[in-house]
Amino acid sequence: MKELSVSNLLGIKYLKEEDLHLIFETADQFKEVINRPIKKVPSLRDITIANLFFENSTRTRLSFELAEKRLSADVVNFSASSSSVSKGETLVDTVNNILAMKVDMVVMRHPHPGAGVFLSKHVNASIINAGDGAHEHPTQALLDAFSIREKYGEIDGKKIVIVGDILHSRVALSNIFTLIKLGAEVKVCGPNSLIPKHIESLGVKVEPNLVKALEWCDIANMLRVQNERMDYTYFPSTREYVQQYGVDKTLLETLSKPITIMHPGPINRGVEITSDVADSEHSIILNQVENGVAIRMAVMYLLASKIKNYESS
Amino acid sequence: MSQKLLLNAKEINIILQRLACQLVENHHHFENSVLIGIQPRGSFLADRLYRILKEEYQLETILYGKLDITFYRDDFRRGDKMLKANETDINFVVENKNVVLIDDVLYTGRSIRSALTALQSFGRPSKIELLTLIDRRFSRDLPIQPDYNGRKVDAINDEHVKVCWEANEDEDAVYLLKN
Repeated sequence: MKELSVSNLLGIKYLKEEDLHLIFETADQFKEVINRPIKKVPSLRDITIANLFFENSTRTRLSFELAEKRLSADVVNFSASSSSVSKGETLVDTVNNILAMKVDMVVMRHPHPGAGVFLSKHVNASIINAGDGAHEHPTQALLDAFSIREKYGEIDGKKIVIVGDILHSRVALSNIFTLIKLGAEVKVCGPNSLIPKHIESLGVKVEPNLVKALEWCDIANMLRVQNERMDYTYFPSTREYVQQYGVDKTLLETLSKPITIMHPGPINRGVEITSDVADSEHSIILNQVENGVAIRMAVMYLLASKIKNYESS
Repeated sequence: MSQKLLLNAKEINIILQRLACQLVENHHHFENSVLIGIQPRGSFLADRLYRILKEEYQLETILYGKLDITFYRDDFRRGDKMLKANETDINFVVENKNVVLIDDVLYTGRSIRSALTALQSFGRPSKIELLTLIDRRFSRDLPIQPDYNGRKVDAINDEHVKVCWEANEDEDAVYLLKN
């Protein structure tokens, strides 16, 4: 049987190339499902999923919840701000209490890197990492790669530049792992202060000049400057950042060939990209959002197949 | 493993002609009827019938789709059945239509039950019929019977019926395989 090599989705680092292809091929079919008049399948009707969000999220949380409901799973939601975490409960205790209510799968976003890996060692449920600090955001990288595959047919040999705050970005790290595994060439571009040291060891190149980077690439993935994660000033001013690393229509028109613009959201319009770029025909930002639901359905479907409640009974 | 030929290419062709003829008899010009092949193997049979109806009965405008039932199976998370889905290609709604579901082998009836559920995502048909090439009678788990049938086969449980099509295996033939 063709199945995933893992029983938790903690990061792209732990996946094999075949896993990525299986997820994409499954997501192709779920994309068709979510475009039907009735957008729901009964596959996960006997699975309960807890969405644990220890950090704010709109799009990822909504996308996961929609994917779960489209698969007919039962869903419980939890957010740290309105929970006993603020009373001092530990992560393992919080999750074990939720699992005692017979939850099969946990989707977790947490501000600390490695929270998902830690949890997977201590609790008996399938864990999906929905973002852990500045570490990984695997489903975002999967949907980004799926959107590139949808537009170009394949990822192998494509040139992708990731622009912006690489240092604080879990999207960047997961994207790099995914794209390299699938045979793409990846460059990162941004102010030196926002490029992690030794990033070349992941197999990517650093290009500090935005125009050169855009001229080289087929696809530019524009990241948000994560002010909330910055403990001190990494660049002189937002205005200077925009001048050096912001993409506008005029800049795109000076390039020798059209390129595709991606953004994981939320967009700071006028900072990393201008509105006319975000809303242009070169942008696939809304396709990314639609594909997010299909990818998350595929991941949960494939992971759920490994939960076999019926074998012992 | 031993194998016995149940139907050769000529016999299959005669059956296909008969099934097409029966469909025309009941559905006339297919004004309000559609063909749905169940993926993956039922689609080969559906392709052939679709071609006969188009070429020999001049039914050019007949609606034809392919339905995958993987996400509707009742054995998900039980055992080691294939997880990977095939393409569903239905670009019309089946609301108030007469649907002919097409599959190659009718065995336990569970695939057909899944297909009946899956079909609901595309509307509420006024009627659903079932067409199969091989009916393994006496093997049913559910109360499902074909409306159009190519050949009835009495096979015991460790036997397997294999349907080969020219489109994927270079010959039209039906074999009974025994372990």
